[in-house]
Amino acid sequence: MSPRDGDLILRHTNATRVAHWAVAIAFTFLFLSGLALFSPFFFWLSALFGGGPLMRFIHPLAGVALVLTFFPYALGHLADNRWLPADRQWVAHLFAYMRKDHSDVGETAKYNAGQKLMFWSMVPIIAVLAVTGVALWQPWFAPAFPAAVRRAAGLVHAICAFVMFVGIGIHVYAAIWTKGAVDAMIRGTVTRAWARFHHPAWYRQMTGKGTR
Amino acid sequence: MALQSLDIKNQSARTSSPPSARSTLEVAKLIDVSRCIGCKACQSACMEWNDLRDAVGVQEGFYTSPPDLSDQSWTLMRFNELELDGAFRWLILKDGCMHCEDPGCLKACPAPGAVVQYANGIVDFHEEQCIGCGYCIAGCPFDIPRLSAKDSKVYKCTLCSDRVAVGLEPACIKACPTQALSFGSKAEMLFQAEHRLDDLRERGFGKAAVYDPQGVKGTHVVYVLPHGDRPEAYGLPADPRVGEVLRLWRSSAARTIGVITMFGVLVAGLLHYMRHGPLEVPADAGQGGEGKP
Repeated sequence: MSPRDGDLILRHTNATRVAHWAVAIAFTFLFLSGLALFSPFFFWLSALFGGGPLMRFIHPLAGVALVLTFFPYALGHLADNRWLPADRQWVAHLFAYMRKDHSDVGETAKYNAGQKLMFWSMVPIIAVLAVTGVALWQPWFAPAFPAAVRRAAGLVHAICAFVMFVGIGIHVYAAIWTKGAVDAMIRGTVTRAWARFHHPAWYRQMTGKGTR
Repeated sequence: MALQSLDIKNQSARTSSPPSARSTLEVAKLIDVSRCIGCKACQSACMEWNDLRDAVGVQEGFYTSPPDLSDQSWTLMRFNELELDGAFRWLILKDGCMHCEDPGCLKACPAPGAVVQYANGIVDFHEEQCIGCGYCIAGCPFDIPRLSAKDSKVYKCTLCSDRVAVGLEPACIKACPTQALSFGSKAEMLFQAEHRLDDLRERGFGKAAVYDPQGVKGTHVVYVLPHGDRPEAYGLPADPRVGEVLRLWRSSAARTIGVITMFGVLVAGLLHYMRHGPLEVPADAGQGGEGKP
């Protein structure tokens, strides 16, 4: 490996990046249409989908797209998101980390504890959104469920959607805040310094080098 | 604000109060089940006035026809067959929208103005605004609205809001040959209902009662039931309510808090960035191999 090649490290493969942005596009459709259904304050967003009826038709289809893109993606990233003892330390120093005090966050592997928590919250939330969404899906599936089940499904769907919106909001902010993270998800690579600074354990694993 | 008779006092997914300076008389339809002979003239009149034609079905062994409400059948005589006091009875129910004072459909609907409640108490669907989500069906304690397979809009009895608006009575009322159906102000109909109750009690129906369920703050379709202690025998819920799950699900307060929280996350991010700036790799961490700060 020449020194020049060594400047960049592959963080996200082509397949991962394509899958990530497919999930992101499906989510954006669901977020904008879901927000219109969530509050009349945002019903004007239905204009982005060609009006309310078309939006209502598209929303569950985007949900299917999310399920089909997210779960294979999640399956491929299970191993990297396994909870490790070092993650506890990261969580304990979350507020210091937010103040950019990096001294005690520990030996972060490919994903830090915040990213893992995001991952592990999204897996069940998207599953619950999918199941409750099917119960609400007119005209094909909803009639198979009693009205009381549909009301409960609607309540759970709204709560999960809210948690997801806030969660993804934090995810997007964290990516913008961490310089290099968005580039990594677009072009796939990070600099050696970035890898060593943010994910030292992963850096060692990728290069076989120590960080101290 | 064109016709006072169509002034709107509440609508689905509203963000402001409808004009409310003028008020109008609340109307009601009274259905005295004891006078109903099951002739279905009301069903025919509803089809005629609203230009509806349901599909011709098949005989399924009972008198109820068509078998259920649909986007083409907004009122339906249900012939409930049962043994009561040792004899076979037909408890005929003229089923259809109850025009609740606290309508679950309106509460459930996320499309602004698709469900409206006129000042006179009639609950109406404006199909032009309907997005076909079917939440009104889940929200209705009486299982009335029906989604059309043809256009994915929901339909139900309008209480002939178009006729009532110009001083006519609903088509079903006009067609009823036995005066089982009456129409007028709600107060007048309740007064008339009490009269009918006296009559029924004299005839031995000691438990006759008026069905104007208070769980939905009363309805603008009121029944006189000879077996008033058993509304379920007619296919009516004993204590219909909008229910806590629907209230919480469609709670505008909870949704407003939700929207504010999401906005709060946005603001928090902005403030955090302003205070701390981006998280960048420190310049002295750029040397290969050593020196983690």
